[in-house]
Amino acid sequence: MADQLSRLFAALADPTRRDMVARLAVGDATVGQLAAPYDISKQAVSKHLRVLEDAGLVRRSREAQRRPVHLEANVFDLMTKWIARYQREAEERYRRLDAVLAAMNDTDSQQEGTAS
Amino acid sequence: MTTLSEATIEADPTLPIIRITRDFAAAPEQLFRAHTDSELFAQWVGPNGMGTRIEYWDARTGGSWRFVSERDGVLYGFHGCFHEVRPDRIVQTFTFDGDPDGVALETLSFEELADGRTRLRTQSLCDSFEGRDAWLASGMDVGVNEGYARLDAMVANGAI
Repeated sequence: MADQLSRLFAALADPTRRDMVARLAVGDATVGQLAAPYDISKQAVSKHLRVLEDAGLVRRSREAQRRPVHLEANVFDLMTKWIARYQREAEERYRRLDAVLAAMNDTDSQQEGTAS
Repeated sequence: MTTLSEATIEADPTLPIIRITRDFAAAPEQLFRAHTDSELFAQWVGPNGMGTRIEYWDARTGGSWRFVSERDGVLYGFHGCFHEVRPDRIVQTFTFDGDPDGVALETLSFEELADGRTRLRTQSLCDSFEGRDAWLASGMDVGVNEGYARLDAMVANGAI
């Protein structure tokens, strides 16, 4: 299962692919439209798309002539949720640390008071 | 410098690293103590609703540590070594009992900011992307996690 996840993260490790995903988040696009802003061949764009497709991030419709590329938003959401959850857990942990530090501040100032 | 009052998290795309940064209203020395004094550490490390029992703890360069977290009778053990312990930096290894061959290298730094605040940076270098991503996905604290279950379901029904 970790392999599936790794494929997702690896697919997004490339800046061009991240950019493509960001553009597909706005709406479907054809390979030609996706290739337009880059100084790379249509073949190279197709290769990037294949990586995104293998990771389950995008889907290409088989029927339509122009075969628009569609972002599988639910897969993308899943990753975002994982990161968000991990962030939330870190933040919860640090809120507990805040409380420990606040208690420490009280004790430290009391000790200073006694010493002086 | 902006204050990071909420933990920020970054999963490096090119290395199996997770970075977390957070600012605290405390001196670096206090943050250091909260990470090295086992009694203080046990008070904050466990996820909410989990009790933490320190089994051994020798917070000095070359020392080792082990603690066990418990929720609803299920135990989650973690252990590692303190590679380097000094006031501004702690370097340690980290292994979860559930993945005994996996080991992460954690580097913590305490950076003094203005107005009595301290920035804590933690960097966890995992030994594989699979390990890092599984760690991210699980939050490391729950046996069953809904993320994997959902992904399983998506693979099963052909969504992926």
